[in-house]
Amino acid sequence: MTGLRARPDGGLSGQFVVSAAAALLAVIAVVVTASPHGLIRADVAFAFGAFIALGELARITLPGGRDAAPIATAGALAYALLTQFEQQSMRHGALQVVAVVAVAMLVGVTPHVVAGRAPSADTLARRLLAVGFAVGVFRATGLGDLVRDSKGFVEALVMVAIVAATLAVDAIIAAAVRAGTDGAPFAAVLRNEARAQVGIGSAIGATGALIALAASIMGIWALPVFVIPLLLTQFSFRRYAAIRATSLQTIRSLSRVTELGGYTESGHSRRVSELSVAVGRELGMSDAELLDLEYAALMHDIGQLSLTEPIPGGATVVAAPAEQRRIAGLGADVIRQTGVLDGVATIVERQAEPYRRAHQGDDLAVPLASRIIKAVNAYDDLVGESGSVERQRDALERLRLGMAYEYDPRVVDSMAKAIERSARLTA
Amino acid sequence: MDPLPLRARLYVIAVGALALPLLAFAIVRGWSSISVVDLAFLAVLYVISDSIGAKGSRDTVTIALGSVSAMAALPLLGGWGAIVLACSTAFANDSRPLVKRFFNTSQLVLAAAASALAFTLLGGKAISDDSFPYLILPFCVALAVHCFVNGALVSGIVHFAADVPLRHVWHGTIAKSVSGYVGYGLFGLLLAVLWSPRGAAVGPAAALLVLLPLFVARWAYAQYAEQQDAYDRTVRTLIAAVETKDLYTRGHSERVAAASVLIARQIGMREDRVASLRYAGMLHDIGKLGVPTRVLQKTSKLTEAEYAAVKLHPVRGLEMIREIEFLGEAFAGIMHHHERLDGLGYPMGLRGAQIPEFARAIAVADAFDSMTTTRSYRGARTAAQALEELRRCAGSQFDPSMVEALVAALADTVWQDQSEALFDQTAPEWDDAYEQLPRAQFDHDDPRASETHVPSQSSAQ
Repeated sequence: MTGLRARPDGGLSGQFVVSAAAALLAVIAVVVTASPHGLIRADVAFAFGAFIALGELARITLPGGRDAAPIATAGALAYALLTQFEQQSMRHGALQVVAVVAVAMLVGVTPHVVAGRAPSADTLARRLLAVGFAVGVFRATGLGDLVRDSKGFVEALVMVAIVAATLAVDAIIAAAVRAGTDGAPFAAVLRNEARAQVGIGSAIGATGALIALAASIMGIWALPVFVIPLLLTQFSFRRYAAIRATSLQTIRSLSRVTELGGYTESGHSRRVSELSVAVGRELGMSDAELLDLEYAALMHDIGQLSLTEPIPGGATVVAAPAEQRRIAGLGADVIRQTGVLDGVATIVERQAEPYRRAHQGDDLAVPLASRIIKAVNAYDDLVGESGSVERQRDALERLRLGMAYEYDPRVVDSMAKAIERSARLTA
Repeated sequence: MDPLPLRARLYVIAVGALALPLLAFAIVRGWSSISVVDLAFLAVLYVISDSIGAKGSRDTVTIALGSVSAMAALPLLGGWGAIVLACSTAFANDSRPLVKRFFNTSQLVLAAAASALAFTLLGGKAISDDSFPYLILPFCVALAVHCFVNGALVSGIVHFAADVPLRHVWHGTIAKSVSGYVGYGLFGLLLAVLWSPRGAAVGPAAALLVLLPLFVARWAYAQYAEQQDAYDRTVRTLIAAVETKDLYTRGHSERVAAASVLIARQIGMREDRVASLRYAGMLHDIGKLGVPTRVLQKTSKLTEAEYAAVKLHPVRGLEMIREIEFLGEAFAGIMHHHERLDGLGYPMGLRGAQIPEFARAIAVADAFDSMTTTRSYRGARTAAQALEELRRCAGSQFDPSMVEALVAALADTVWQDQSEALFDQTAPEWDDAYEQLPRAQFDHDDPRASETHVPSQSSAQ
């Protein structure tokens, strides 16, 4: 499994810690629950377990590449918050919830594993830990027994509070894991995770609370009836993710027009976009900024299409500054005509500007994304496809020489780190 | 806005004449049994959903939002209450003309009445301890009835007002919103269960909990729609940028896409395939970037070797965009858009039915646009002349059914005559720079180009 590898430098990765903690919790829960008289209301446990397993089967990838199983998560939260079932008290313990959820997740994920589409272990682990948190607060402390006999309104309020806290915990664990792998600042990653959670997360949380409340009257029928609306939400997200992916694939493909036309070296725009995004992540950019950066990096050479004669090798780094600026402006004009990518156009337009001028401070009109593309583009023009260590070192050294005006030192620093990290991963 | 045609006015009056007495009867008959507090809260919810729906009226999901309160009313207020509730939509805060509002409210009253009838006949009652599963069947049937009556009445008004065939209205807008309608209608049942004092007893606050997933779904859908729109614009712009390389083809891809869509709709192609075909039309010549500019802009007749280079462009195009997974069927359209029915086309020399449907449609659209735009070696032909030429080549180069589809589609549509439109952009006396540019003697999309380059023994066929 991909997520279960310790870091090459010997330390424990966040993914490993989270996965191990979840595995430990799951084993304890299953052992305790499997003891004689350990399982309370096996029929309800089985129904919710089946629901969670099916939800896990219908897992989706959210825009931005996050794995999610909205239906499974909603089902798990509902089982965690269940106080009454067809007007009978539900007194199953916290560990039983964890055990049922863990087993159901394993069952639901098995077909994916067989088909070679296994989700990374840490996303599963994270979801189990979040459920563990919810039952820890709600069931283990006796809060659940307290609200069971209170009015419906109070019960609903408590459930909403717990669901919100659970989603927050989930985002924090996700951010901790991601910050470790991407080398990005924790605060920036947490902001990204929280933003990604707000939409689908609140729908999942509300559905979980709704099912828990409704099951007191409707019993098992709450599950099949109310899975349909959440499916609808999930469907919209899936289509959204699909069109986002399609946009990226299309821009990647069309960005190769400059290569086919002989204007740039093959693979140049792809390499520039990959390294730019790695640098942007390192510098703590938000998901939305990273997407704009990726688009801009892919299309940064599109202005060259309007040149009659290609620049030798397509290396804009060797062209005169005024010519570089003109090409950048032409590219920005093309992109601006879309009417929807103004941010991207600005980034492309400013990519040829120095980040500061003589006797002046940092030029704030040059966006961080433009500075990244400027430096990464120069680096790739110098290194090319070869990727030999000497050329990489020489190229970085040349960028460092240009740090006074041309290349933002923060960007060059982060770039060096990003290159080092990718070298470590391939090693 | 145009005044409604007489037929549409009569239709509105007829629907209103059915709805008003029904409403009056429901008020008299049901008033004593309806909980006024619940009615008021549901009415507020209904008005809010309906106002939101009216603003983004293109968005099929928002249209369905109102079905939450409409359906929740059945178990909460009873059948009479549901009918009374429907009239609250008359107070929705929107800018629609009075007649539309009147029609909308009348049709919702009728839909509510029909669904209440179905609900009651199947034994649907207010929420109680033993409601489940017995309530689900009457509720679902009532929802289906509500959806059907609503859809049918709305189809009617679109049919009469805009003179669109009923079948098209139903398949176009109504069928698309059914899934949303049904999904949100089920939320109505959840709302009733949570709200009812004999249910989970959360009270009107339950509406907040129920609405949250709804708004998220709506938001997700809006994001999707926005992204789809952004995607279309981006593709179009990038293609336009690419076309600047080749002076002949300004706007060509866009027009070929449009003509392909005309053909596809005429032969009754499914909408998702039409969308795919539109992208195929848009991207069909993208591979020309791989053909040396020198050849594309050559002023003398092409040698066989140069023509061979041109013939590679469909394959090149496919290579370029193969990564764009969703295109699917469009790949075949791009790859084979220069095949000929008699097997003499390129790149593979496919014959007749071997040629994918997409490719046969694009081939016709492509040639049509080539002929109706100005080329240096000939002026633009009129649409009528071009269609005549297409008919001449039908059976050998083109699929006759596609040609006829284009002829029929153009009879219904106003095709902007490109001979004039493009003349404005590139008229030599207007644009000195254009005058100095090299003029190719050849457009690979022109049906005559295909004929001159076909091996000689076959041109007798």
